[in-house]
Amino acid sequence: MNSTLEKLSPTLFTIGIFLFWEAACRAFKIDRFILPAPSEAFMAMVQYWRPLAYHSFVTLWTTLAGFGIAVAFGIALGLVVGWSRTIYRGLYPVMIGFNCIPKVAVVPILIMWFGIGEVPAILTAFLISFFPIVVNVATGLATMEPELEDVLRALGARKLDIMLKVGIPRTQPYLFGSLKVAITLAFVGTVVSETVGANAGLGYQIALAGSNFQMPLVFAALLLLAFEGIAMYAVFAWIEGHFTRWAFRSSMSAAA
Amino acid sequence: MSASVEIGDVTLTYRGVSGGVLALKGTTLNVRRGEFAAVVGPSGCGKSSLMKLVTGLLPPDNGSIVISGAKVTGPVKIAGMAFQNPNLLPWRKVVDNVLLPLEIVQPYRSNFRREKKQYREQAEALLKTVGLGGFGDRYPWELSGGMQQRVSLCRALIHQPSLLMLDEPFAALDAFTREELWCVLRDLWQKIRFTVILVTHDLREATFLADTIHVMSARPGHIVMSKTVELPRPRELEDCFKPQFIDIVHELRAKIGEVRQQ
Repeated sequence: MNSTLEKLSPTLFTIGIFLFWEAACRAFKIDRFILPAPSEAFMAMVQYWRPLAYHSFVTLWTTLAGFGIAVAFGIALGLVVGWSRTIYRGLYPVMIGFNCIPKVAVVPILIMWFGIGEVPAILTAFLISFFPIVVNVATGLATMEPELEDVLRALGARKLDIMLKVGIPRTQPYLFGSLKVAITLAFVGTVVSETVGANAGLGYQIALAGSNFQMPLVFAALLLLAFEGIAMYAVFAWIEGHFTRWAFRSSMSAAA
Repeated sequence: MSASVEIGDVTLTYRGVSGGVLALKGTTLNVRRGEFAAVVGPSGCGKSSLMKLVTGLLPPDNGSIVISGAKVTGPVKIAGMAFQNPNLLPWRKVVDNVLLPLEIVQPYRSNFRREKKQYREQAEALLKTVGLGGFGDRYPWELSGGMQQRVSLCRALIHQPSLLMLDEPFAALDAFTREELWCVLRDLWQKIRFTVILVTHDLREATFLADTIHVMSARPGHIVMSKTVELPRPRELEDCFKPQFIDIVHELRAKIGEVRQQ
């Protein structure tokens, strides 16, 4: 009984929030130009399904492209940073500084360099999402048990051996944990870029519909964005659970 | 082939954040081939530094370490090590944890892929001798602490090291499991006769297992007493209650009490 309730609770909560929203809109007669009811947003979704499907697709692929670059770059940089203390100390302030720059401020520069289109969106998604990956991979390497390193070094293991046999495998739970965070950030990056300057994507759709006072359409696009985010998060949560089951069972806790 | 160890007048300073700490000063210690040596002493006397020195993981400031006639200048590449924490890799099955050294040490390393099946059998056989037959395909986190420590011992021994370094390997176990593992280690050593240096706090453990017990002083550590254990082998757990055994423990205890006072 309790476990069924627990299983159903995400669905029930989501439906509950929509019902509350709908009821509030009707009860207080909220103007649809301020806050449309979810029913209106869903109707807009049906009515404009063709452009919404197109823009959703554009946002999804640009996000995944940026995220893919972030994963490759993040792992590579994380390994380099985790490999050597000197590089770690040298690069860390630079990376913190870079991460503090709001990416929305970078988008105009990217548009000047690459023009309006998908490239600035991909790059913004990449720039905003690689940081947690780097930090987690580096942390995974840096927290290796020194005694285990001693065991291997006393056998004549080189640094590369230790990395391949211990460092990289033990980084996995940290990496997969960071991917869940990074994918949602990547969506933020894409939409920021699309809102500032693009001719496709959900961010563009939101900006365009907003300027035409089509609030139900704005909310329809927002809901789709949330849905894409949840779906991708679920994918990476599943991958995490599938590949690093040992991390949840053993005393070693993942990216805490 | 087991190794001999000669530690000659070694000094070691740890460079920490708050300045250097003199860990060892004028430490001299000799271990014959195939000897079981134990090092006991008050906590913080630099016993663990001794482990790092002998395996070449740390260079001494002064003095020399000679293993089987050759001066140690870098990691020795032959030693098996086990610590208080089993440090097993949670993503590897038990048998693959045991096989880890063979993936690193020559000549096994070059043959590893070709001979994997045979190595696996060796690992399974070794696991069986420590009472873990049939556990090879489990994961370390499915095993109890004592069982994990047995796996750790197997990992330290799979490549037939000429020198086994043990740093309080049984300290985290309950009394019964600890005594059980004493016997496991005793039997393994009697079968293979590798050279052992066992660092421990437990005087009964040292007396039960070792041929020679070296007592270290408080920091900076050096050897203040070397005691040969004349008890006949093979020793049984029952022997721990014999007067001769108790006398030795008593004597060691008195000496350690003395160095702690200073």
